[in-house]
Order: sequence, then C-alpha cells, then structure tokens
Amino acid sequence: MVKIIICVIAYLILAPVIGGLLAGIDRVISARMQGRHGPSVFQPFYDFFKLLEKEPITVNNVQDFYIACFLLFIVVTGFFFFAGMDLLLVIFTLSLASTFLIIAAFSSNSAYPQMGAERELLQMMAYEPMVLITAIGFYLYSGSFNVADIIHNSKMSFPYMIGIFAGFLFILTIKMRKSPFDLSMSHHAHQELVAGLKTEFSGKTLAMVEIAHWYENIFLLGFVFLFFANGTIAGTVIGIVVCLVTYFFETFIDNNFARMKWNVALNSSWLVAITLGMINIVVLYFM
Amino acid sequence: MSYVTKSPWVIHYDGSSCNGCDIEVLACLTPMYDVERFGIINTGNPKHADIFLVTGSVNEQNKAVVKQIYDQMPEPKVVVAIGICANNGGIFRECYNIMGGVDTVIPVDVYVPGCAARPEAIIDGVVKGLGVLAEKRAAMDNKSAAPAAAEPKAEENTETEGKEEA
Repeated sequence: MVKIIICVIAYLILAPVIGGLLAGIDRVISARMQGRHGPSVFQPFYDFFKLLEKEPITVNNVQDFYIACFLLFIVVTGFFFFAGMDLLLVIFTLSLASTFLIIAAFSSNSAYPQMGAERELLQMMAYEPMVLITAIGFYLYSGSFNVADIIHNSKMSFPYMIGIFAGFLFILTIKMRKSPFDLSMSHHAHQELVAGLKTEFSGKTLAMVEIAHWYENIFLLGFVFLFFANGTIAGTVIGIVVCLVTYFFETFIDNNFARMKWNVALNSSWLVAITLGMINIVVLYFM
Repeated sequence: MSYVTKSPWVIHYDGSSCNGCDIEVLACLTPMYDVERFGIINTGNPKHADIFLVTGSVNEQNKAVVKQIYDQMPEPKVVVAIGICANNGGIFRECYNIMGGVDTVIPVDVYVPGCAARPEAIIDGVVKGLGVLAEKRAAMDNKSAAPAAAEPKAEENTETEGKEEA
C-alpha cells in the first residue's frame, strides 16, 4: 500500500518534470539532427511559464473548462496506471480525456480547431484498436488486467509479445504527436492547419495542454515499461533504458518522415493492429 | 524574472513588398542562423505569438489583416517592423494605394532598416524587442497592482525607444 502511494505521488510530481525535460531533450536532438544548435534543454519549461504569464484570452469559458477536464483525466489516467489498477479502466479514462480535448476544440466554433478536432477523432480511431489489443495481450499473458499483477509477473512479457510491442510502438507515434502522424495539432513547424486543434487555445489554456502532453508521454512510456517489468531490478533497468531508447526512436522518426494523410494513418495503424497485434494474440491464446 | 524574454514566439506577416525581407526572416530560422537557440519559434497563430514581425508596407487591402493579427495577439506583445518598406513605405511609398509604414496602422516597437534587412539585423531587432517585451510584462504587473497607473505614456516611450539609426 505504501509502495502504491509513493508511486502515485512520484508520478504526480515527477511526471511533468521528466516529461518537460524529455521534451527539451527531444528539441535539442531534433535540432542536432537538422544541423542546428537548438534551444536549451529547459526550453519547454520556459515556454510553459511564459504561457502562464500571458494575458488570458478565450473564445468562450466552457473551452477552458473542457481543457481543465482534459488535464484532470490525463492525470487520473496516469494515477490509475501507476497505482497498479485495471488496465482497461486506464484505457477508458484515456479515451475520456481525449474526448474532452476534442470537445474543447469543437466548442470554439472556429474553422481550424474544428478540422483539427476531426483529425484527432480519426487519430483516436486509428490507435484505439491497438491499445485494446495491447491490454488483451497482457491479460492473456499474465492472466490479469491489473497493472500491479503484470509488473510482478516473474517472466518478462516482451519475448512473448514482440508483435504487440511493435504495434504499440507504431501507434505511439500517433499518441506522441510525431511527424508522419501529427495530423491534428501541427506540433512542430507544419502550419497548413495554423495550429490545428490548439489554434484557439492561448496563455494558461495552452499551458494546460502542454503539461497534459507531458503527463501523457510519461504514462505512455510507462506502458512501454510494462513490457519489460518482471519484478526484479534488472527488469526495471532494462525497462527504463528501453523507454528512453523508444523516446529517441520517436524523435528519429519525427525528423525523418514527412507528414502523411489521415487515410494513411488510419489504414496503416489498423493494418498493423490486425497483422502484428492479432497474430500475437492468437499465438498467446494457444500457448 | 520574466519568462517572456526566454520564449518569444513570433508570427510573421508580409505586406506589400518584393518578398526580400520575407525571405530573410525565414533565413533566420534555417540552420545557418538558427533562432531557436533563443527559444524563438515561428508560429502561424497570432494567439500563440509574442512578437509580430511585419515586412513590407501597408496598403488599403492588407490594413485590416495587419490590424486583426495585432488584435488577436495576447499581451504582452511587441511589433517589429523589418525592412525599409515596413518602416516608412520604402520604394512603394508614393504608390496610390500605400498607406506607408506599419506604424500607420498599429504601434511599432522596434524598427529594423535595410533593403533587404540582413538576418543579423533582424535577429538584433528581435533581441531588442525582447527588452520591450519585458518592460511591457512589468507594466502589466504594475497595472494590475495599481489600476490608475499612467499606462498609455509608457507605451509611447517604448514606441520610439527601439528606433535604430539607418
């Protein structure tokens, strides 16, 4: 019980710090990959505090409420996950959080956020099957949906779930808003949608979106960690190293791919889910 | 300390011009000059921007656009007029449809002369704009502390302060 409380408190406090640092490292590495010097590692924090200092302007108050709910439920998602609770509950809370973000974008009634919101819906359609397959895979392997049970399973699940791991990596690009699939937010310098989903968010509201993104990234890396955890220190170290490598890999992908159209995102992620994910599930089922 | 100077996001608008300064602004973003070193990001969205870079002069048609971009930016905000056309109309000054420099429509904080303005000069102008940005941020704090403060006067000062010699 004490362990769970420590885990949860560590998540609530450290996730934004580590998430922000990772975002900073991401920006530095991206810059180096492009032959630039790049900003400070702490740049995402400067951005965050600057946004808090800006004048609050908002299209309608309900939008800020939805964004606050988005942040709240992203935090709750991670809370459930790091408290070792049910994986399905975690996934449904994550979907609820994403829904709040989409409603917030729709509520502004402005053209660009609406297009961004529609694309975000398509992205959700693209990644949800694979996320569910991941949860089912963990259940088939360890006999429980509980994160705590999966972590304390003495055998590392990765060797038996390579297909699911690869599929999860694929949709991680969508979830982390990296380049081939950063359709809805134009996270980097792509601007054909102005800023997509977050066009109408500014100041504190945008800061909330940023911090939610950091929380979400840490939670997603927690998911990656789950593949390697086997209750021992060695498993934990391997898990953390793989999380960092995964993050680097996503940055690499981000810098090496042009953005693709939504149908490519949808088709390819469903194809990956059906082939890699389902075959792995069938193998696990008969094992 | 204000974080506003550590993360200035810029929005860029090109009015009536030959696009020379426009290209030089974009050159600042390339690996050669890399303004992201200073935390500068080129946003396409006025609601996310802190610094408004205007190149080219203002005419009857883009007047409303320039005004609208300026109005949509949240305080504190700074306007940097880049190139001689944005400063006072430049070579287009006498055209029948040209109103003149950007300061005929919105208050300008920093003037960067040149035809076309060199990327070094543009970066210099933006860095100068950061000082104005910090002042405006401080003025916002003072204003909320003492609502009766003489705020328009401070704005006038900053307008001329950044003016560089051509």
